[in-house]
Amino acid sequence: MRPPESLPRAAAPFLGFARLLRRRAFAIAPEQVTSFMQAVTLLGPRSMNDIREAALATFAPPPDRRDEFEAHFRAYFHGDAKPSIEGEEDDETRIKDDRGTHEEENQAARQEKGGELSSALEQLSSREFQRDADGLGQLRRKLASALPTRRSFRTARTRSRGSFDLRRSLGEIVGADGDIPSPLLRRRLALPRKLLLLIDISGSMKLHTADYLKLAHAAVQGADRAEVFTFGTRLTRITSALRIRDREQALARAAALVDDWDGGTRMGPTLLAFLSVPRFSAFARGACVVILSDGLERGDHSDLETAMRRLGARAFRLSLATPLAGDPRFRPATAALHALLPVLDDLVDGSSVGSLADFILSLGRPAPAASVIWKGVS
Amino acid sequence: MIWAQAEQLAASPEAVAARLTASRYLADDSLATAIFLAIRLGKPLLLEGAPGVGKTEAAKAVAELLGRGLVRLQCYEGIDAGHALYEWNYQRQLLAIRHAGEHEIDIYDDRFLIARPLLQVLRAPVERVLLVDEIDRSDHEFEALLLEFLSDFQISIPERGTIRAATRPIVILTSNRTRELAEALRRRCVYHWIGYPDAQREAEIIMLRSGDVAEATAKAVANAVQEIRARPLAKPPGIAEAVEWANAATILEKGGSPWPEAFRRAIGVLIKDEEDLSAIAPELGRIVEEALA
Repeated sequence: MRPPESLPRAAAPFLGFARLLRRRAFAIAPEQVTSFMQAVTLLGPRSMNDIREAALATFAPPPDRRDEFEAHFRAYFHGDAKPSIEGEEDDETRIKDDRGTHEEENQAARQEKGGELSSALEQLSSREFQRDADGLGQLRRKLASALPTRRSFRTARTRSRGSFDLRRSLGEIVGADGDIPSPLLRRRLALPRKLLLLIDISGSMKLHTADYLKLAHAAVQGADRAEVFTFGTRLTRITSALRIRDREQALARAAALVDDWDGGTRMGPTLLAFLSVPRFSAFARGACVVILSDGLERGDHSDLETAMRRLGARAFRLSLATPLAGDPRFRPATAALHALLPVLDDLVDGSSVGSLADFILSLGRPAPAASVIWKGVS
Repeated sequence: MIWAQAEQLAASPEAVAARLTASRYLADDSLATAIFLAIRLGKPLLLEGAPGVGKTEAAKAVAELLGRGLVRLQCYEGIDAGHALYEWNYQRQLLAIRHAGEHEIDIYDDRFLIARPLLQVLRAPVERVLLVDEIDRSDHEFEALLLEFLSDFQISIPERGTIRAATRPIVILTSNRTRELAEALRRRCVYHWIGYPDAQREAEIIMLRSGDVAEATAKAVANAVQEIRARPLAKPPGIAEAVEWANAATILEKGGSPWPEAFRRAIGVLIKDEEDLSAIAPELGRIVEEALA
């Protein structure tokens, strides 16, 4: 904690605070520390609050870690007891964003949920992965070109079917001394749409969650813009854990992030919670949304219906993949599924990774609506 | 020098807050401090917050505070250099070439250059404030371009050379946080998260912003809106909606509706989502009664 020789003694606490934040996994650049000290000097500082404001403005803690930041500030400058970050009320759906968490929290989660979690971890880590036995390698390679596309505002050069590229044409004209050679064209690019995977990890899906996570890993690796969330009684974003290239490492990291393995389902409330965070619900806009769940909702399903209708209104294509549909006798007969059918674009078999991978690769091709397909059989 | 003038205008956070109030914008201490620091440190100011908390209004108020014109760059998916920096007026260039015939003509003259917001600000840094609105809507490529602009305040035009700002212009960026901004961008900015105000401040904002709303009405609206925001709505009402609601209810009341009824009938300007409306409808009566009490 010894400051460099050339700095005045008074600067030491501020440097020390920046170091503390770095140890707590806040990303703080040297230039931010400089700005922080400049800001403190500019403000006086007349009170502790000035220092706090300067720290908030220059270190820019992400809003979801703001409380943690304030706790560290109090602990460091006011000498409060060890910062403890209190949980929210239990009846609210907890939302966890993997970006902000650091190792210690993961450690705590691991200790808390000894039994269930370690068994899930075991299940994840003890499985021998055979290279591409499950068709995931193919998913990874082909996904980017298989997703449905939208037209971008960006343009690219083209030889046919486009609008005039005035900029390049002018260059040609100047080069040709005022003659107009054949016109050069540009056309708008086609971009793959976003892919959003929502994975049910409740007890009733226990057999499939490990496979689904592997699928999600392949999807995140293969697509430019994919997001993955798990939901049971809580909602957890695991996308950045899955960005790690190595599959086993990524899955172990993701498994540690999730606190509600194999618990109950509150599908409706968690999906509503997902939609009420503007940042998350923006992922769904214009995206292919694939929900991997059996659709078995405990109790009243009106929340689930509302959530799915809202998701459907945002999404480009809303699909539900249920492992129950692997059985040829399956009919969408439960009250919840029956109510959901009109808003779904697809209701497909999610019992094996192979069939799911095939389905995801076919998202770019048009298909009749789920209610049409299942009308004849139900 | 005009730069010195900006320093005088922003002598302390309190002075900034007072001037913002004069521009009909109520800033809390934290926002006033962030604006003060941004002006004095010469760094861009990054404002984040939920939709409808007054991020764009804050930028307008800062421009007014400094007595400068606001240049607004609205970001969207697919925005590119041609929309943000500069563009050549090709049609005019073609005509000029035709017209000139055998004479020599400089087609890269100022006449043919269309200055887009970033170039406009570079050319007159002490007369303009740049607002880059909803940066989270743009692509990563554009963010990188902006990063380069914000660190050096210069633009290279291949045909003309590099244009550099004489002094550092004041730049405000806003984001709804629909995606994470690059760390490099956050690092270069003074940052402030604008949250929803508490009931008392919101009542003050409503009084300041609306036409002729009585103080009791403003307080009732502020209380009711706080209550409504606590629910899981698809689109929680922002401050602008609260102001509109107070205005609408006042107009209805003057037209002869009694109080709780006026609030109920004007609900359409506060909540603009059919599902939210039906979710809140059964409780609305109670919420309004409690807020009025």
